[in-house]
Amino acid sequence: MELLLEPLQYRFFLHGLAVSVLTGSLCGLLGVYIVLRQMSYIGHGLAHAVFGGAVASFLLHLNFYIGAGIWGITAVVLIDKLAARREINTDAAIGIITTASFAVGVALMSRMRRFTQDFEAALFGNVLGVSTTDLVVISLVSVVTGLVLIGLYKPLLFSTFDEHVAQVSGVPTRRVRLLFSCILALVILASMQVLGVTLVAAAVVIPATTARMLTQNFARMLGLSTALGGITAALGMYLSYHLDIASGASIVLLAALIFVGVLAWRELSTGAFALRRKI
Amino acid sequence: MPAPILALDQVTVAYGHQPLWQDLSFYIAPGQFVALVGPTGGGKSTLLKTILGLLPCTSGTVDLRPRVSVGYVPQRESISWEFPVTVEQVVRMGRYRHTHWWPWASREDRRQTLALLERLGLAPYANRQINELSGGQQQRVFLARALIAKPQLLLLDEPTAGVDMKTQHDILHLLRELNGEGITILLTTHDLNTIASHVPWVMCFNRGIVAQGPPAVVLTPATLRQTYDADMTVVTQDGMTFIANRSLIHRHADARNGRDLSRRRAADGTAS
Repeated sequence: MELLLEPLQYRFFLHGLAVSVLTGSLCGLLGVYIVLRQMSYIGHGLAHAVFGGAVASFLLHLNFYIGAGIWGITAVVLIDKLAARREINTDAAIGIITTASFAVGVALMSRMRRFTQDFEAALFGNVLGVSTTDLVVISLVSVVTGLVLIGLYKPLLFSTFDEHVAQVSGVPTRRVRLLFSCILALVILASMQVLGVTLVAAAVVIPATTARMLTQNFARMLGLSTALGGITAALGMYLSYHLDIASGASIVLLAALIFVGVLAWRELSTGAFALRRKI
Repeated sequence: MPAPILALDQVTVAYGHQPLWQDLSFYIAPGQFVALVGPTGGGKSTLLKTILGLLPCTSGTVDLRPRVSVGYVPQRESISWEFPVTVEQVVRMGRYRHTHWWPWASREDRRQTLALLERLGLAPYANRQINELSGGQQQRVFLARALIAKPQLLLLDEPTAGVDMKTQHDILHLLRELNGEGITILLTTHDLNTIASHVPWVMCFNRGIVAQGPPAVVLTPATLRQTYDADMTVVTQDGMTFIANRSLIHRHADARNGRDLSRRRAADGTAS
């Protein structure tokens, strides 16, 4: 019990815990659509794109959230415009825009060596840096994401399942996709402090994939993936505190461990079922 | 003559600089039941997607009669059947234009969905996951999703592909019934034999219209050779038309003859 209560006396841990649970849940929620669309690469790409914006806004003395937010949404719009061309696939568009965006950040960072330390947190996650502003921003992002996903539930489900028929049936598929990507960029931006650029993608993909193995029901998959994201983030924060490792790494490793556990359980139960049938 | 429900005028579609077809013009009258037949790669599916506005045309116009609602049944392989949704949920998606925005289904959504599932013989499967269904049932789920929006024009891409002969007949009988209720139908297919006996109007298509008309008039060895670039045999018996690919028969026969010849040579001790 002391293991659970002791870290709570620190303000930085409470902030970090609240932010990580919110971001973990949001990543889990959005991850369902990303996994079902087979577009896991977009989470990885957008995190890198947002990093470019974070470095640029630091150099220009802009607020991190405003600078990196505008940068991330511009990247989403450019991906959409590029992918609309018939000869360029969506994954290629994501690869070009987000990697170029990341390269801008790396170039700026390498030119101003003194900033390198400051951006280590953005790359790998550092819970010590979570401020009250971060908490307010992530709470706002959570409310906006919740409202947008409730409002877009039907068109998003339809276009995730069958984009062409959704379009013929009147769903503004391109606008829905664009809005979803903007929300994803905002969630990634808000998650960077805790998870870091390099690990956000895993927080998006792993809970949803684990949830997919546990249920065949779409609504239940949404709930399960959100819960898994939130719970692994909270437990990961404790691991990070007690083992003194980066918060992003502990959250993702825990999520991966749960995934492996569920996979093993599924394998064993289907194996046992097959054996019972044989007997 | 009533105004066409669908008219294409001088439509050209190209991939890059390579036109798939040029200046295609045709129309479909309300109440028609048309089968589009032709070889793979001839542009049948692309034509359906162009009509639906899913693919742009390089030049020309596609005119749908104003306020006509269109239903689309894509190829079965176009989606992942492992997606975690039930039969009822998939069919309900088709009511997008006719329902409210909030996430859950209304009583009217449920009533209409269940009535349609009942009609298509899918009611017992309403709460089943879509990956638990047979090919024919999956095809009917797609059809139900299109029908629930009460379309006046129904476009189907290979609705009889990958299902057994009995299911093919069932699907075409159902489409005939729907056509009888006033729905205009345009479908693509590879299966000439089923079409010959079920669909009243055939359009032979290979990067352009080769011929169109009733099956008895259009499905001739000469037209089929022009469409498929292969020799076909057309036999009519008891008012039914049967079509076989003669080049395939020859190839099998040649192969068999070749095997016979090798065996004989081996028995004789002669080198092959």
